[in-house]
Amino acid sequence: MKKMDSTTRLERLREAMGNGDIDKRDFLRLLGCAGITAGLSGGIMTSLATQARAAGTDLYFEGWGGVVSEALRKYAFDPYTKATGNKVIDSTFGGEKEVLTKIKAAGSTKGHNILHSSGVDWYMRWTKGGYGVKLDMSKIPNFDNVMESIVAPFKKITPGYLSAVPYDYGTTGIAYNTKHISKEEAEAQGANILLNPKYKGKIGGWGGDWANRAWFGALQSGQDPNNITDWNAVWAKVREMRGLVKKYWSSGAELMDLLASEEIWVTEAWSGRVAALQAQGHPIGYFDPKNGLAWMESMFVLKGSPMDESEQLLNFMLAPDTALAVAAGQKYPSSLDPTKVKMPESVTSLPAFDPTGKLASLVFRDPVKWNAVEKVQGRMWDRIKKGG
Amino acid sequence: MALEVAKFDKRPWVLLSPALVTITALVVIPMAFMLAYSFYLNVDLAVDKPAFQFGNWIEIATDKYYYVAIWKTFRLSMIVTLLAAILGYVPAYFIAMTRFRHKWMLLLLLIMPFWISFIIRTLSWIHILGHDGAINSLLLYLGVIRHPMDMMYNQYTVIVGFIHVFLPYMILNIYVSLDGIDRNLEPAARTLGATGWQAFREVTLPLSLPGLGAGCLLVFVLTAGSYVTPLILGGPNDFLFGNLIYDAIITELNWPMGAALSITLLVLLGVVVIVYSRLMGLRQLAKAFA
Repeated sequence: MKKMDSTTRLERLREAMGNGDIDKRDFLRLLGCAGITAGLSGGIMTSLATQARAAGTDLYFEGWGGVVSEALRKYAFDPYTKATGNKVIDSTFGGEKEVLTKIKAAGSTKGHNILHSSGVDWYMRWTKGGYGVKLDMSKIPNFDNVMESIVAPFKKITPGYLSAVPYDYGTTGIAYNTKHISKEEAEAQGANILLNPKYKGKIGGWGGDWANRAWFGALQSGQDPNNITDWNAVWAKVREMRGLVKKYWSSGAELMDLLASEEIWVTEAWSGRVAALQAQGHPIGYFDPKNGLAWMESMFVLKGSPMDESEQLLNFMLAPDTALAVAAGQKYPSSLDPTKVKMPESVTSLPAFDPTGKLASLVFRDPVKWNAVEKVQGRMWDRIKKGG
Repeated sequence: MALEVAKFDKRPWVLLSPALVTITALVVIPMAFMLAYSFYLNVDLAVDKPAFQFGNWIEIATDKYYYVAIWKTFRLSMIVTLLAAILGYVPAYFIAMTRFRHKWMLLLLLIMPFWISFIIRTLSWIHILGHDGAINSLLLYLGVIRHPMDMMYNQYTVIVGFIHVFLPYMILNIYVSLDGIDRNLEPAARTLGATGWQAFREVTLPLSLPGLGAGCLLVFVLTAGSYVTPLILGGPNDFLFGNLIYDAIITELNWPMGAALSITLLVLLGVVVIVYSRLMGLRQLAKAFA
């Protein structure tokens, strides 16, 4: 019996609903059943699950939930468990700050092993904070297939060693409902479509990350996001957008739900989530505005984790069959080098996929510049979000 | 002096000691830690330096941003409390006065929602009021509307979410109070010439006030201390003081400020309890459960 908390159970239920796997009636019925089951049998099941996990090593994984978690579970974790007997206990977060808060509160990394870490900026924060490990790359031979271009920024932060393996990449562009907004109009307006008063009450935005908000504010105020000179102009644009926003979403599942239900018509969005919506048949268009935000994600191993098993899992995840199946499932291109590993059409057709393996056309966040201003500017966003 | 010592009865303290130890360990000591932490200095994200400085407190006292949050919190808590009191009294009265043989079933129905997670119950409103929700689907099916109505992510949905979750607390408190009233009092008032409404207004309602007051206090405090409901069901303008604490601790990783804000909320809600005590007397709380 696999341990699953109520939040995860609900996340999966909502995801199935969003995917169209179950209808509303079934959703509400299952919701009731889930609640009653949790109430009646939660304690017993937890106890049984604890006993069942006694064999093999438990690896605690935290990631982004929704289709991403589903793909990782289906194509990486479950086969890994079957092959090795080690269990991957996965849970979700809305952002890595949640994990850092928990670790800080507990005073240890116990119960936290591998993170689906986003961006080089978080890699820098984790390693500078002393939470990193030195991976033994000889135990991860599949790492040889990873693009050099995606590894380089990580090596720059920790010269001589790595605490994580880059695993996928994607973009945060603009998603729009094609029933209400044409492709021509969306692409002509670029990032400024999020400031169009015509769509007041139908605009969404990611509320969970100040830097994401500021990146779009920079684009809207005509600045280079990696070289912002006028922060007041950035926040003025963010304030302007706030007046038009219906909901700041806080997770990928919520983003998909808002777009699929047409609560919102336009928002910045994660490329893979939009691809998942498109695959489900929703009328959602997507484009990356000029200087749109690209990011790379890594599998970060936290200090105190069982190293042999963690490295074994990373190697398993980077095996071409696994990595490409996960990529197609989560809709984010793999970090594997397309010049070394043959990619199927299900991966090459993904948004942001770069067949050259150089990633030269994508603009990533400069961690040195962004991390340096986070304390002040992050706080500014929290205030502006609330009308301050 | 020796006589006074001999009179000292240790038994209440012995009996109270397990509760006192537990409260001290689980409430007093953590709160003391939080108070101490509020004077620390947040140097960088998740990096705090032990210090004794009043920066966080001065900011809370002088920044209008926090006053707006306090105002919004108290205003919304008041609305939720009033609506819960009005909506809760009728079912509580019905359950208390019914001669239905299986009254326990009604009480069971009342506590059944507690078996389901608070977050799941809150999220369920998205599937009721949302564009694809039950209400819009029904109205579209019946041809009453041509396009889904925008009902989500506003103050209204936040209030609905709160009432849904906290109404059972109100009903249970009022019910306990009503159930303890002598059943002969209302008929007695009627025999003395009072109308049904007068008998209720002059006899039942005043006697049920301890329960109503306890329910109001509970719902007010629970609402004012919440942050999840506005996060899930609210729009950009819907937030409570608890959301500022969430921001400080989770998104800004500024624990000293989070601690100062938490203590502030505790003090503010403490003031509410003191005001309640002045108006109703805390002993009425005990009566509510008598």
